[in-house]
Amino acid sequence: MSIDPVFEASGERHILRQAMGNRSFLIGLAITTVIALMALVSLFWTPYDITRLEVAQRLKGLSLEHPFGTDHLGRDIFSMIMVGARNSIAVAFVAVGIGAGIGVPLGAWAAAQRGWADEALMRLNDLVFAFPALLSAIMITAIFGPGAVNAIIAIGIFNIPVFARVARAGALAIWPREYILAARASGKGKFLISAEHILPNIASILLVQGTIQFALGILAEAGLSYLGLGAQPPMPSWGRMLFDAQTRLVVAPHLALFPGLAIVITVLGLNLLGDGLRDVLDPRVRRER
Amino acid sequence: MSAYIAKRALTGFATLLVASLVVFAVLEILPGDPARIMLGMNASPEALAALRDEMGLNQPLVTRYLDWVAGMAMGDLGRSYTYSTPVSELIAERLEVSLPLALLALALSTLIAIPVGVYAASRRGQVADTVSMGLAQIGVAIPNFWFALLLVYVFAVGLRLVPAGGFPGWDNGWQALKALLLPAVSLALPQAAILARVTRSAMLEVLGEDYIRTARAKGLPRRTVLWKHALQNALIPVLTILGLQFAFLLAGTIIIENVFYLPGLGRLVFQAISQRDLIVVEGVVMLLVAAVILVNLLVDLLYAAADPRLRTSR
Repeated sequence: MSIDPVFEASGERHILRQAMGNRSFLIGLAITTVIALMALVSLFWTPYDITRLEVAQRLKGLSLEHPFGTDHLGRDIFSMIMVGARNSIAVAFVAVGIGAGIGVPLGAWAAAQRGWADEALMRLNDLVFAFPALLSAIMITAIFGPGAVNAIIAIGIFNIPVFARVARAGALAIWPREYILAARASGKGKFLISAEHILPNIASILLVQGTIQFALGILAEAGLSYLGLGAQPPMPSWGRMLFDAQTRLVVAPHLALFPGLAIVITVLGLNLLGDGLRDVLDPRVRRER
Repeated sequence: MSAYIAKRALTGFATLLVASLVVFAVLEILPGDPARIMLGMNASPEALAALRDEMGLNQPLVTRYLDWVAGMAMGDLGRSYTYSTPVSELIAERLEVSLPLALLALALSTLIAIPVGVYAASRRGQVADTVSMGLAQIGVAIPNFWFALLLVYVFAVGLRLVPAGGFPGWDNGWQALKALLLPAVSLALPQAAILARVTRSAMLEVLGEDYIRTARAKGLPRRTVLWKHALQNALIPVLTILGLQFAFLLAGTIIIENVFYLPGLGRLVFQAISQRDLIVVEGVVMLLVAAVILVNLLVDLLYAAADPRLRTSR
């Protein structure tokens, strides 16, 4: 595995020191870790059982027992937000995985082949970008039925061209380098070169893009479940909680407050993490800022 | 230049054609018989067969596709299964809500974002820059429908300044505008946040150029240099993002119109999907795709006009 000279000069320890001094990165990492921990803990413990409905406790405001109050079925909002985090993260994570898993090889392949393959892929990209993503996601979930899995597919499909484009642009910049020429002279094929030399060198820009798409995925999932096309009840999701809150806005505004805050904080954390990663991993950007 | 325009227009048209194939193919997978949906569950088999024949559902797929595309080319989008009115009429009626909404949101977002971006760039690293970019960072993270709920709570439920939803029609222009105000603001905010960040970084890049120093050196006031020389040259990336945002705005209206119960295009297509009113879905989707392609084409041409180098580099 060869490492691009630009990155070699910085070295791993150097990058780590950069990261520890980058405010965006640290705040983003802290927020993301807390949300991820909430989701993990919810797998085996939540303050209250969210499958038990206690109508006597319905629409309670903030209190010591229920820090975020209770919803219209008497469920603890804080517990629901913990479980909802699981849903949001899972959907966005798998959607990014689909996008990167298909998009990156496609982009790397187009950059290696050039010519008609490249042209065809780029035109295909244009085609997907011509469809407003949310509209198509609504169509997909409507055709195959609402649910978390179809939401993942719908969001994932629109991640493919994004990753393909980024991987292609990154790979195109690496191909003319001298060490690639050396690898070709030693008889390595395009596939091996792409896997061994190109991919490691574009990994950092892909990581940054992945973080951004993760954040967009969480927003998209929230939108879909708000429209009733994401995870289905009784599985709580932040978007669905906001939908339920809307009709009770006058009597219980706190229902709308906390799921929304959860979305904003999570997306903010991921965006900060992405910005920080870009600053740390890509020296060219750092200078411009 | 005309060769460039012709080439771009041709690619745009080809994309539109392929898009029509995709839309048709995807929607034909949908389960559910449109004729049965129109007549209801108790329809007699004879009536069903007659209607299917009338709607052309018995024709081969290829014929139906060609009929549909040919119809579209002449402005005939077919007849809605559930409303029993021509789709083009339905769309025209709904556009009266959606188009002003999208344009209002676009105008709001531009009016907020460009001054903020320019100002932040001119105060780079200072408190004003840090605060405005921090706010933009938060703005990007806010889902527009949640922001809409907050606005409704404050301005409709609390202060009672504007209605919480619904649309009174354009007969009373002021009331109509009031009904579109909160939806437009909630659509505009996240877009404005993105646009402000793009404007700021484009401005920063331009402000480092030699001609800016020259302009300052020959004694032009700071304000003139910033708003005239710098902004004009920073507009290209800003235009690109504006073009992309148009697609986001159109799609965003789907959710926002559902929040505010606005009878617009987004609500039409959302309901049409759940009612399996395919012909309406197909028409609206094609219209939106065409709009996106057209706007991107315009943006491309605009900056080919602004920067001659771009015409040859592609």
